[in-house]
Amino acid sequence: MSTVTTTAETEPVLVETTIRSVLSTQARPPRPSALGASLSFAWRALLKIKHVPMQLFDVTVFPIMFVLLFTYLFGGALAGSPREYLQNLLPGILVMTVSWITIYTGMGLNTDISKGVFDRFRSLPIWRPALLVGMLLADVARYTMATVIMLVLGFALGFRPDGGPLGVVAAVALLLLFSFSLSWIWTLLGLKMQTPEAVMQASMTVMFPLTFASNVYVDPKTMPGWVQAFVNNNPITHLTTASRGLIHGTTGYWDNVTWVLLWSAALVVIFAPLTMRLYNSER
Amino acid sequence: MRDEGTDASGNGDGTLAVETKGLTKHFGETRAVDGIDLAVRRGTVYGVLGPNGAGKTTTLRMLATLLRPDAGTARVLGHDVVADADAVRSSVSLTGQFASVDEELTGRENLVLIARLLGFPHRSADERARELLEAFGLAEAAGKLVKDYSGGMRRRLDIAASIVVTPPLLFLDEPTTGLDPRSRNQVWDIVRVMVAEGTTVLLTTQYLDEADQLADRIAIIDHGKVIAEGTSGELKALVGSSGTLRVRVLDPEQRDEAGRILTEALGEQFQRESDPAALSARVPDPERVAAALAELARCCVPLAEFSLGQPSLDEVFLALTGHPAEEQTPEEATA
Repeated sequence: MSTVTTTAETEPVLVETTIRSVLSTQARPPRPSALGASLSFAWRALLKIKHVPMQLFDVTVFPIMFVLLFTYLFGGALAGSPREYLQNLLPGILVMTVSWITIYTGMGLNTDISKGVFDRFRSLPIWRPALLVGMLLADVARYTMATVIMLVLGFALGFRPDGGPLGVVAAVALLLLFSFSLSWIWTLLGLKMQTPEAVMQASMTVMFPLTFASNVYVDPKTMPGWVQAFVNNNPITHLTTASRGLIHGTTGYWDNVTWVLLWSAALVVIFAPLTMRLYNSER
Repeated sequence: MRDEGTDASGNGDGTLAVETKGLTKHFGETRAVDGIDLAVRRGTVYGVLGPNGAGKTTTLRMLATLLRPDAGTARVLGHDVVADADAVRSSVSLTGQFASVDEELTGRENLVLIARLLGFPHRSADERARELLEAFGLAEAAGKLVKDYSGGMRRRLDIAASIVVTPPLLFLDEPTTGLDPRSRNQVWDIVRVMVAEGTTVLLTTQYLDEADQLADRIAIIDHGKVIAEGTSGELKALVGSSGTLRVRVLDPEQRDEAGRILTEALGEQFQRESDPAALSARVPDPERVAAALAELARCCVPLAEFSLGQPSLDEVFLALTGHPAEEQTPEEATA
């Protein structure tokens, strides 16, 4: 008896006239703008976070872990005290953590793209990059969240930015711009690789040298010459130096800001078209 | 739609919704689609029928601009699928083989998203989603995540998503694979209403019954080639018109037993049909049928129905290809 009721509830009788009435006779609305379509896809990504908040693990737990670990492990040895070290470390650890989190973009895309709904998205008459741009915009929201968590934790541990709120905001904006640009590498990998695990491994192979062979943790002065050559030209180093400068209101970092902007532009110019080519090609 | 009726872009025959010539697609060594010619008239249902791996989905994906053909041409509503992909996308909807809806969103969110992507402003996107959910019997489940939907609900949502703006041409890739008979009938009803309202439907199926029920014309494809094309009646006539006895037993468990009894009584080998309760065989001597059916009744195999008449499409397929249409169960096919 109960099964009959269940069936009746989940498989209702469809009324032919009702179906006929919803077959739209109205004209198709004008196609949405590139931004409009991208924002719709960003909304989709944010809805997923709303339904499964656990996927925010990477942007909440990792940042907290990294700030605490690095501050208290290295602080005393490198700068005399954790609090002292934190002033220099926090801008760097922000850069490192958010750059690491961008990896999840590629993994998420790789999982997402294998689903049937992508055929529908790809057969819609919309601006072609909208889906990817939308996902990346939603990811920027995630990066912002990680950043806020780390800053709040930093303040609690004694971090004091001398550059004031404006300096912090400017540094965060630069970091988000760079992360958005960097993500295009991962979208390319996300489309290219067969499994999310493969995407993860490839991304880590890039991120390890980039984030560790930088000035995030220590001053490069003690490193061998050939390492310094890499470190000093590493975009993560430029971004870290620029962030420290902006956050603490020091001088002499503007060429680093320029470098970051150039790196960001270069990443988008190179990797966005490659990603789009792969996205438009078949699977 | 701005350009559906006009035919300025060189389609020789404006009455065709889909026209392909020598359409070909390779995957490595495999010729998934091997020179397919199709002509689908506007306002009709066209069925592409074939077993798994015959090239049905690949053909549809090329027509929906998701795959680029390796050779041949395809025009959809007068637009070339390669040169004018964007115009094609503006006039078709695709309901893919594995529900083309987002499982991690609710039913309502899925429809609102599609409406927004098609350019509906906020308010009307919500309104359109509400209307469709209501009409497709999904109003109560509107706020549930799609991954918790039944197969039938998912498929209805999928079709609803395809008609947020009702397209002049709808592609349905195996619309009822894996559905229970009741949900299958609902999908068929929806398709019939849409066609009555003027939409052209191109559907693929591995169910011969489905093609028979819905399609005005059918192309049977096997190994990437069209091996027969015509109305259901024409295809059946290909096999000849000698009497075919078809029986459906009440309990599918008894099908083999029924087959044994009938084979004994009539001296003809009975074939299992794709319907798990059905059997059929050509009988040259129809007079003996009554006695054979009486024998079945006596042996306690109740029948749901029987018919003596034209061959089924199962037999057509077997006669044309030398192998049965369905080599897998629907469960295996969807896995």
